[in-house]
Amino acid sequence: METGKNYLVGIYEDENTLVNAIKQVRQSGIKIHEVFTPYPIHGLEDVLGYRRSRLPIAAFLFGLTGTTLALTMMFYMMGIDWPMNIGGKNYTPLPTFIPVTFEMTVLLSAFGMVGTFFVVSNLKPYGKPKIFDIRSTDDKHVMAIDLANNYLSREEISSILNQSGASEVNTRNFD
Amino acid sequence: MTDEKFEFTGDLKKKTIIFLIVGIVAVVLGIILINTGGHHGEEHAAEHAVEAAGHAEAGGDHGGHGAVWLTRVKANLWINNVFFAGLALIGVFFVAIQYVAQAGWSASIKRVAEPYGYWLPVAGGLMLILFFWAGHDIFHWTHDYLYNEFLEDGSPNPDYDPIIAGKTWYLSLPFFLGRMIVFFAVWFLMFLAIRKQSLLEDIHGGDQYWRKMVKLSAIFIVIFAVSSSMAAWDWVMSIDTHWFSTMFGWYVFASWWVAGLASITLLILFLKDRGYLKMVNSNHLHDMGKFIWAFSIFWTYIWFSQFLLIYYANIPEESVYFVERLTSDHYKPIFYVNLILNFVLPFLLLMTRDAKRHAIFLKLVCIIIIFGHWLDFYLMVTPGVMKENGGFGFLELGMLLVFASAFTYVLFTQLAKTPLVARNHPMMEESMHHHI
Repeated sequence: METGKNYLVGIYEDENTLVNAIKQVRQSGIKIHEVFTPYPIHGLEDVLGYRRSRLPIAAFLFGLTGTTLALTMMFYMMGIDWPMNIGGKNYTPLPTFIPVTFEMTVLLSAFGMVGTFFVVSNLKPYGKPKIFDIRSTDDKHVMAIDLANNYLSREEISSILNQSGASEVNTRNFD
Repeated sequence: MTDEKFEFTGDLKKKTIIFLIVGIVAVVLGIILINTGGHHGEEHAAEHAVEAAGHAEAGGDHGGHGAVWLTRVKANLWINNVFFAGLALIGVFFVAIQYVAQAGWSASIKRVAEPYGYWLPVAGGLMLILFFWAGHDIFHWTHDYLYNEFLEDGSPNPDYDPIIAGKTWYLSLPFFLGRMIVFFAVWFLMFLAIRKQSLLEDIHGGDQYWRKMVKLSAIFIVIFAVSSSMAAWDWVMSIDTHWFSTMFGWYVFASWWVAGLASITLLILFLKDRGYLKMVNSNHLHDMGKFIWAFSIFWTYIWFSQFLLIYYANIPEESVYFVERLTSDHYKPIFYVNLILNFVLPFLLLMTRDAKRHAIFLKLVCIIIIFGHWLDFYLMVTPGVMKENGGFGFLELGMLLVFASAFTYVLFTQLAKTPLVARNHPMMEESMHHHI
């Protein structure tokens, strides 16, 4: 028995074969870990049965943080810490705060989204991305199946992958 | 693909006319309430208005202003006519944008936006008549006595206004009227040219009509860019003659555009509810929703850009515009309601994907936006025309109803004349499979 995580990797030559294979593989009760393609394929998430990303919710919350932070900062600086008379206006003129608030909202929401995406996709610093087959960045479509997540044996899954049109089936092991 | 046609049934006609009559009744009721002086706040304002008008007459006002209620009727006619002229124009602009962008997704809904242009001649005719009948009440600069530095006997003219006199070249009557006529004529003719190609395409097919429409649309957009801005200065900004804002053309365009998008979406939803436009699905609605959401923010951006600079610089001749609106008990609440209706509510209600894909949310936001931007025009026009005597009641709402039903009647009549789907549109296939 190998240590670490064991994956079966099916390689497909084109997107139609891949999409059909995904349907077939999922029908036979196999859980797919992840699919890698050289280019985006329309409708792939639906075939894989993915739920919609919750990134927009994260973006909204990050944006809200930016709004609050900017307003708190300016009200504290201009209203409490060091009030200044500018052009005879009151110390905390809300309209002049709006541009900064807007920028902070956009900044934090953008940074937050990129950061969240990096963490979720395992691209965080010192994170080790799992590369199942380097050719998925070139011309091959790659389907990875986590053996620990499936009750079928390695041989059974392997034969199903071959039947579904995979040009080769490899094993990958990550420590 | 079926050649489905919208049917403007007798039942629907009856309903539209009932709305029109309700509107007229509300207008009459509003006028009566103003003149009898009721128990509400707005009628108090009207009483003051009568006094103020009396003072003006006693002071020997040259303008010959009529009764306050009449001025209010004229102001309301002007607000609604400018607003609905804008909606009609936006219908044409929407179609033109789709062609210039060579958009495929909108092929199935562009027929809905097309008939908007048929309101243009009605709006143009009404505007000319209104200008001759109500011009002196709405536009201060139309008074001749403002322009002569000296009276006939050689003494200085007390009413001479050097600022307005300096704008003579632009606000002279022939140039002003010429612009108005040329704008409406060019808009309508360009619209007819685009429409003609669209209908020819239905009969003959082939992509040469589509190519012609791309060219015509590009020309229209260039003309529209200049003329819509100038129209905004002429018909809205020149009411506050002394005041000016370089953002104003954009501001009015943004208001028209987002209201127009909302009304097109509302019409699509209405048609879908009646069983038409089966190929339009939640993906198309999602795109319309994105349009509305994004341009609500765009309007806010323009509105705020105008406000912030004037607020920050605080130069009296600029800030007077906002002082008039923010120091008045009557306009101040409307000023904030305007922002809530046109920014806060659409921003929060249409933010999520689900909201944009469900008819009920879209309908709600569309109605909010159309009313909100009508209110925006109310706020642009009324303080300049009525000063402190402005009111908001049955008269205003009734007039909106009158114009909305008349607009709908013309729109539906024209919508029923051609198939609802441009079946030979070269990108129809793409539109059918639109998926986001």
